[in-house]
Amino acid sequence: MAVKPLLPDLMKAHGISRRGFLKYCATLTSAMALPPILAPKVAHALETTTRPSVIWLSFQECTGCTEAITRSHAPTIEDLIFNVISLDYHHTLQAASGDAAEHAREQAMKDNWGNYLVVVDGSIPIGDPGYSCIAGMSNLDMLKETAEGAAAIVAVGTCAAYGGIPHADPNPTGAVSVSDIITDKPIINVPGCPPIPIVMTSVLAQFLTFGLDSIEVDKLGRPKAFFGETIHDRCYRRPFYDKGMFAEGFDDEGAREGWCLYKLGCKGPTTRSVCATVKWNGGTSFPIQAGHGCLGCTEPDFWDNGGFYKPLSVPAGEYRKLGIAAVAGGAALGVAGGALGRASKARAGKAHETVDAHDLEKKS
Amino acid sequence: MNNPYFDLLMWARGPGFDIALTIMIGGILLRVVEIVVLGRKKDFAKPKGSPVGQGLKTIFTRSVPRKGAMMEAPVTYIGGYVFHIGFAIAFLFLGAHIALVDDLIGLSWPAANKALIETATAASVLALIALAWTRVKDPVRRALTRFDDWLVLVLSGLPLVTGYIAVNQIFGDPTLMMAVHILSAELLMIAFPFTKLMHAVTFAMARYYNGSIQGRKGAES
Repeated sequence: MAVKPLLPDLMKAHGISRRGFLKYCATLTSAMALPPILAPKVAHALETTTRPSVIWLSFQECTGCTEAITRSHAPTIEDLIFNVISLDYHHTLQAASGDAAEHAREQAMKDNWGNYLVVVDGSIPIGDPGYSCIAGMSNLDMLKETAEGAAAIVAVGTCAAYGGIPHADPNPTGAVSVSDIITDKPIINVPGCPPIPIVMTSVLAQFLTFGLDSIEVDKLGRPKAFFGETIHDRCYRRPFYDKGMFAEGFDDEGAREGWCLYKLGCKGPTTRSVCATVKWNGGTSFPIQAGHGCLGCTEPDFWDNGGFYKPLSVPAGEYRKLGIAAVAGGAALGVAGGALGRASKARAGKAHETVDAHDLEKKS
Repeated sequence: MNNPYFDLLMWARGPGFDIALTIMIGGILLRVVEIVVLGRKKDFAKPKGSPVGQGLKTIFTRSVPRKGAMMEAPVTYIGGYVFHIGFAIAFLFLGAHIALVDDLIGLSWPAANKALIETATAASVLALIALAWTRVKDPVRRALTRFDDWLVLVLSGLPLVTGYIAVNQIFGDPTLMMAVHILSAELLMIAFPFTKLMHAVTFAMARYYNGSIQGRKGAES
């Protein structure tokens, strides 16, 4: 196994000051919802830890997750940290191809058996494995083979975490998530389409600094530090929601004034992520700030959850035909019920016998 | 991997709503048409007053308590007003509900702010509790109360309570609580035609009928 340069050397080579690095460690610590006092520990760990080999497997995906992490802040310490720990195998980014590339993966597995980290982006087709193969090997076989010797797996992006867009109805490839296949290894899901770069690197940094057990995850396998609150909770447009001020169109006065996008289909109230606080492109903006409602991309099946432009309170189905049928059916039943009632009334009228006080006395 | 809370929400927004809407609309139509078809016995006597005018007038005048009634049953009257007005404000002026009505019938109006909606919701729930209390405390009302009455009381309060919890995220997962809120409203919709909740539609018919009888006799109503 080749000796990898430690982070201080790489920082020097990329012209990044130690001050810049420490600031970044403080940001990471804060992002991980850890107390500030632990920032030096994060820095120390990143500088000195013997970094595990990382094997990045790209399956049914659009390369958006890799694009996000490689085109994050510039100059990119995130990218740097990522480079230090990864790229023993990443078929999008590595220079090698064909047998040489696959050999790199096999060698990394052999050298680090039981200790390497597997990062997966993309879903796995199990309907017909031929939909997605790498070097003649199906995604399913490659995942199983690579996961066997892994210390842990990080499912990056909604496709790897939950099946994502390939899993959307009617799911022609039979796409499933990593956790649908691998059940005997710790899996951390970092969903998003794509995930926020600093969330990805923070999870890796926390793994390196404090170990896997330190990463507290929710029921969907997401780190609670990043997926504990909804976007709605932290949205800067939330005051407009509370005031009942909503944009009705993408270019009306409300939209221009920055009012709440709930009525335009924003899924912020049901979507857990730190988009509204961490934001994108170095904290510049996020979709809602750009004027478009949240699509809910960190949640399973977000593509099929009732339409991107339908408000959450609006029915997702085609209820109108049923409503019309109910009007017709109800009216018909009403006429029938009324007619039965009239017939019953008429029968009662015919059967009516007049009684007087004497009859009543006799009966009692 | 899927999120069971989201699956529940999607069921509530999809098949659940379809079922509830079909039963509610079908049920309301069934009952109203049945009442109209059943009709009333024709009165051949010459009216002494104005049955139509008096009937229409009574639809509105019965919304105001008759003289002295307020003092006899203050909790019932005040609680009734507070509940109905509060429920109407919470239902009609929350932005999410306006979006629903807009999708259903294409009508929209400005939403109210959170403070008004939540005050109305809290007042409505308190009014319901007060009304329930009078049913328990007053022996006559207690004797008159049936299962149907308690069911209606609970079903009317559930959407208010679950809505408050969902919007303010008091506890539970926000997606789950939104699903629970929608499901509670759907239960109310399903029960609507077959319980005393139906008064929200038939009150006008009943009041008109009572008013027109008095009008025919030349009496005030």
